[in-house]
Amino acid sequence: MKKIALLTLAAIATMFLSTAALAEVQSLRGDALDTMAKKPANMKIVNIKGGIARSFKLQPPMVPHEVDKYEINLKNNGCMKCHSDETYEKEKAPKVGDSHYTDRDGKVLKTISSRRYFCNQCHAPQVGADPLVQNNFQGAK
Amino acid sequence: MSDSKKRSGLTLILVGIVAGIVLWGGFNTAMEMTNTETFCISCHEMEQTVYQELQETIHFTNRTGVRATCPDCHVPKEWIHKFVRKIQATNELYHKVLGTIDTPEKYEAKRLELAQNVWRSMKKTDSRECRNCHKFPSMDLDRQAPRSSEQHDQHYWDAVDGNEPQKTCIDCHKGIAHSLPEGFDPNAEY
Ligand code: HEC
Ligand code: HEC
Ligand code: HEC
Ligand code: HEC
Ligand code: HEC
Ligand code: HEC
Repeated sequence: MKKIALLTLAAIATMFLSTAALAEVQSLRGDALDTMAKKPANMKIVNIKGGIARSFKLQPPMVPHEVDKYEINLKNNGCMKCHSDETYEKEKAPKVGDSHYTDRDGKVLKTISSRRYFCNQCHAPQVGADPLVQNNFQGAK
Repeated sequence: MSDSKKRSGLTLILVGIVAGIVLWGGFNTAMEMTNTETFCISCHEMEQTVYQELQETIHFTNRTGVRATCPDCHVPKEWIHKFVRKIQATNELYHKVLGTIDTPEKYEAKRLELAQNVWRSMKKTDSRECRNCHKFPSMDLDRQAPRSSEQHDQHYWDAVDGNEPQKTCIDCHKGIAHSLPEGFDPNAEY
């Protein structure tokens, strides 16, 4: 009888302790684990005239404009409407880097290299949001 | 003229008027019924291709909730132009029966040609259907992205000053509602 009472007590104690421990686990975002996460703020992609400064020499530059209306698919690459060798002057846009026209063997191609076809793999647009965590990063000069 | 002759003449005119109203009404109803998106996408040639693509674009859902439907961009608003377009559309019926574009593969193979038809007619009308909703003089260039306002500036002033337009919307805005055809060359004149 005493044994059973002890066991029950122990069980109840563990239950309390474990919920207490659970309450101490915190998500990095600060939301309670058992509630829905906060909806991310609805930020707009920014258009920045003159482009966004690079942090180091061979960084793929950030896209300083909206991108959602440009399709990249098997048939066409919407970004090349403005950034290709033939069109950039007319569209007043910067030309893609020369590297974008070379294949892995260093051969210069007439059309965009397949290694560089999916622009958004390397170039990302920016939203007008403050950094979530402050930091002291400075780009290479 | 005898009385009975006069009466039958009057009846004839009356019947004519009534028949005219009925026919005219029926005709207009037919014009209206064939001027809806539901009608356009009742053909799978239109529903499974261009309609699917349209849904990904700003003309389907956007911030302001203004929707552009197929006829908004493809069927003129003025009566006479609309009538001409409806006559042309009988060609679509003909090719529907022929099955010219009844598979996605056939569609893609003919897409460049079809798109060129649309570009040509929009160029001819200074993109009239676009201008039913968008007008240069109503654009606030200061509120547009720099890339937009730089390209619009000159054409904006041409429109405001009433000069002959040098370029029209479709010259610069191809592929805004559907996927561009394979082999599309942004540098070519279509
Ligand atoms: C309608 C023409 C147009 C299209 C289409 C377009 N861009 Fe641009 N892009 C520009 C212009 C103009 C600039 C220069 C903006 C400025 O500096 O003010 C630019 C700048 C850039 C830059 C910055 C270059 C640098 O040196 O800082 C990148 C990266 C870029 N675009 C990537 C893209 C990608 C990726 C796409 C497709 C998703 C795309 N662009 C589609 C016109 C265009
Ligand atoms: C594999 C990553 C990668 C992909 C994919 C890629 N880029 Fe780049 N891009 C870079 C890098 C790295 C640079 C900077 C160095 C250079 O010019 O090669 C760059 C530079 C640029 C520049 C600036 C050139 C200059 O001289 O200032 C533009 C514009 C650009 N890319 C556009 C594009 C477009 C458009 C596409 C898609 C067709 C694309 N990039 C695909 C990595 C990439
Ligand atoms: C009976 C089925 C059918 C319906 C309904 C239909 N279409 Fe089509 N449409 C076709 C076919 C088939 C073609 C291809 C014609 C060809 O091969 O020349 C076509 C071609 C087109 C083209 C290409 C234009 C051109 O001049 O070649 C446009 C634009 C178009 N349709 C818009 C519409 C719109 C807008 C509607 C609704 C008002 C509509 N269609 C309703 C079957 C249909
Ligand atoms: C029924 C009215 C209507 C018609 C017709 C129409 N548009 Fe639009 N268009 C809109 C609306 C509404 C928007 C979205 C406005 C917003 O919410 O910012 C829009 C947006 C656009 C944009 C901006 C795209 C973006 O991603 O920012 C372009 C470019 C455009 N339209 C071009 C055209 C062209 C070219 C035509 C003719 C082929 C056309 N429109 C016909 C109503 C229309
Ligand atoms: C000389 C070329 C040119 C002409 C002509 C032109 N546009 Fe544009 N437009 C552009 C460019 C470039 C952009 C920015 C990049 C993009 O939208 O791909 C733009 C952007 C837009 C936008 C988005 C504006 C913003 O910043 O939010 C709308 C809407 C638009 N155009 C509508 C039209 C309409 C409607 C016409 C005809 C009355 C027209 N444009 C004629 C080149 C042109
Ligand atoms: C915002 C205007 C707009 C709307 C809305 C629109 N279209 Fe189009 N459509 C165009 C333009 C512009 C073209 C010329 C090709 C291009 O630039 O992509 C075109 C081309 C076409 C073509 C020729 C083939 C092709 O793929 O280019 C067909 C067929 C067509 N549209 C049918 C439709 C149907 C059906 C709908 C409704 C579900 C529709 N369109 C809605 C503007 C529009």
